[in-house]
Amino acid sequence: MTSAQLQGYLAVGYAKRKFVDRLMRLLLLVAAIVALTPLFSVLFYVLSRGLGNLNWAFFTEVPKPIGESGGGMANALVGTATLVGIASMIGVPWGIAAGVYLSEYGRSRVANMVRFGTDMLASVPSIVIGLFVYALVVVPMGGFSAFAGGVALGIIMVPTIARNTEEMLRLVPNHIREAGLALGLPRWKVILRIVLRGSVSAITTGIMLSIARVAGETAPLLFTAFNNRYWHQGLDQPIASLPVQIFTYAGPPDEVWNGQAWTGALVLLFFVLVLNVTSRVFFRSGSVGRE
Amino acid sequence: MKAGTLEPTAGMQGTWSTRMRAAARITTAAPGRKDRHLGDRVFFWLMALAGISVFALLALIGVFLFTASYPSIRTLGWSFIWSKTWDPNSGEFGALAFIFGTVVSSLVAMVIAVPLSIGIALFLNELAPRSVARVVGFLIEMLAAIPSVVYGLWGFFVLAPWLRTEVQPFLGEWLGFLPLFSGPPYGVGMLAAGIILAIMVIPTISTLSREVFRAIPRANREAALALGATRWETMRLSVLKSSRVGMFGAVILGLGRALGETMAVTMVIGNSNEISASLFAPAQTMASIIANEYAEAIDVTHLSALAQVGLALFAVTFVINAIARLFIWRVKGGLR
Repeated sequence: MTSAQLQGYLAVGYAKRKFVDRLMRLLLLVAAIVALTPLFSVLFYVLSRGLGNLNWAFFTEVPKPIGESGGGMANALVGTATLVGIASMIGVPWGIAAGVYLSEYGRSRVANMVRFGTDMLASVPSIVIGLFVYALVVVPMGGFSAFAGGVALGIIMVPTIARNTEEMLRLVPNHIREAGLALGLPRWKVILRIVLRGSVSAITTGIMLSIARVAGETAPLLFTAFNNRYWHQGLDQPIASLPVQIFTYAGPPDEVWNGQAWTGALVLLFFVLVLNVTSRVFFRSGSVGRE
Repeated sequence: MKAGTLEPTAGMQGTWSTRMRAAARITTAAPGRKDRHLGDRVFFWLMALAGISVFALLALIGVFLFTASYPSIRTLGWSFIWSKTWDPNSGEFGALAFIFGTVVSSLVAMVIAVPLSIGIALFLNELAPRSVARVVGFLIEMLAAIPSVVYGLWGFFVLAPWLRTEVQPFLGEWLGFLPLFSGPPYGVGMLAAGIILAIMVIPTISTLSREVFRAIPRANREAALALGATRWETMRLSVLKSSRVGMFGAVILGLGRALGETMAVTMVIGNSNEISASLFAPAQTMASIIANEYAEAIDVTHLSALAQVGLALFAVTFVINAIARLFIWRVKGGLR
């Protein structure tokens, strides 16, 4: 092999390697663009098809019967707020307490089991949570109810808030706890008044993200909160919610209903994205929430 | 809380040695008998109760699902899994078509999502300038924030018609000889469900893969570069090769999400209880049959058969996610 041949060989090899390098870098860029296309497409269609019906009536009126135009989703908006309220009353204290346990007493074997259980609970499909709450609440109460829906969403909130609280409390340096103890404070006061108080904004962020998540949950509500065409008559009665209403209105081939579904999606998406964005601005913490 | 009576002065009553020991094991152990303060003990047990009840809740879900599906388990037995006839009117319940639908739609999703997600993770971690990576990473996370029902709406009114008029005729023309791409283009069906699922699991897989890549020391990349490797060769040699375990965990976790995803799938899969070899055909998944029929089911056998589908779904996702956790913990170095 002459040196000229060798050089030629090397040059070809290098050209090929360089080509593969360019190609792969291009493909990686394309992957990122392809993955973001659905995001922009969803945003575009939700805006373009949802904005048209966005009017005052949407926020103040209950749905009209099929075939009639007009009406709104006021009952569903109130319903979602009610459900999220009930869910927060269950999920927030429970989740924070579990998070405190994992962070402050989290070195034992039991705590590791709890940690594993929390992760597993977070990954239970939400429809399965719905089945569980159906057996736990709907059957004993004798019917679909707002309360059952709230319980289902609350259960979904617990693991997210617990793991987020744990991670945030872990960031509190130990010497701060030691300082509190050195002053003679009992441990529970150190945890409540110093550790937790110092992490309020971080924990609030986690709560906001988990609210954003459950506000859009549909599957666990289908047979717990069910649906209601009117204002709800009490927490022991079926209640409308925005996601279920979107689902119901998307099905039948009816222009008015489908349009309302898009508007509902616009309102829901706006709420969810605003919560997500503000919580990230409020406290930059990387990826909490759905993981 | 009773412990409210214990003022800081009361806290001083512990001897210095107890205090010091308490300080030393602040995050290491639960308070034992040596914790003299009633408040501390009450507080500990309250927190522990909240934690342990999360675990108990998980067990309770299993128990309740089992009880709810017991009538069906007793009468149908194993035929439940192997029979593909699902006819509530005649009382025949076989879940094979739904198991098939769940597995195939998730597989389609994985085929699409895995290369894309790992591509994104590589792009963001290894190629993109920091400012671009931050914005794109944020947008990918927003992809995870969109509610399932909104994806379903978009899938039904935008994705499915596009598949019907553009993608499926094209695939049918060029790859129609494969049973996978044969049959009339419906739009809604297995392919639409797979694509929607892919979109929904991309954030999960790519975010976790990025974390795995980030754990690889910079020196590994520099070593490859110093040997004359191109950027792509560096990624292949020093990033991809050493993060296989972690990426596997990320993929399995994505799979767990795909298996249990309900609303978007229900809205685009076409809801047909038939098993078809074609990806164009409508189908049904375990999650979507529950979403479609549970609220309307009256008959006890029907309800318990649906609960049994839920029990099976719970068991499968539990195992899949437990495996994923094991892999991810191995990479992250222990429990986190």
